[in-house]
Amino acid sequence: MKHKSIGRTCALLGMLLALALLCSYVEALIPFNFGVPGIKLGLTNIVVILTMYLVGLKEALLVSVARIILAGFLFGNPFTIVYSLAGGILSFLVMVFLKNALKLNVISVSAAGGVFHNLGQLIVAALVVENMNLLYYMSILFFAGLLTGVLIGIVSREILARLFH
Amino acid sequence: MNRKILKKDFIFLGILVLAAVAFLLWFLLGYKKDGKQVELTVDGKLYGTYDLDKEQEIPIEIGGVTTNVLVIKDGQADMAKADCPDQICVRHVSISHVGENIVCLPNKVVAAVTGEEEAPLDSVVQ
Repeated sequence: MKHKSIGRTCALLGMLLALALLCSYVEALIPFNFGVPGIKLGLTNIVVILTMYLVGLKEALLVSVARIILAGFLFGNPFTIVYSLAGGILSFLVMVFLKNALKLNVISVSAAGGVFHNLGQLIVAALVVENMNLLYYMSILFFAGLLTGVLIGIVSREILARLFH
Repeated sequence: MNRKILKKDFIFLGILVLAAVAFLLWFLLGYKKDGKQVELTVDGKLYGTYDLDKEQEIPIEIGGVTTNVLVIKDGQADMAKADCPDQICVRHVSISHVGENIVCLPNKVVAAVTGEEEAPLDSVVQ
């Protein structure tokens, strides 16, 4: 991954974005319903994390934001874009901090990413409906984000270990 | 990339797990009280308050159009209809405990269960 020509990076990012969109699609197909909105596996975060480690931070943010906007138009509605963007950007900032400043393992980075994705979405949702009662969901969403984040982290760690070989 | 999971990772993940457990305990212990009423708010403004022990169907009108229907039955409130495409609030479980709520984000409708005025202390041990 060390040969950095613009063309190569461009092609790689396009492929990663396609992969992220595919993950969104797979998740949209699986009818997860725990009675509480917002719980999902977060498969796309694997792609964001891979981009972060393999290409760079700016590129990972680009893939994440482009994925959210495209997936929002394809499988969601304009509302989902706003909430996903809030969650995506907050979780991205937290992940960058943990990865670069604290130098934590991918599993920790991903776990925090899952938790803060939910937190960001919930804060925006509470602001939109102007009802702080929504933060009541945090108890469940925090736990769900942690669980799925660790799972995604384990998968990312295995993929990265093989790609770096 | 370092494959090693270091001590600081365990500390960090430990903190996250503790926080998650604390949140869950707060949720399970603090909120599992049966509610008395449902408070409906639309765009942050109070729309109405309804008793949970009375069976009723409440159409929610925004700008002359019925956007959502809330049904109260067996002491539980459930969103029966919504005109939005995602139907997240309709799929939501019924609510009956204090603090639980159903939210319809596209219409900014929030149905939240409230209880009676809480006493400041449950009991005093001497």
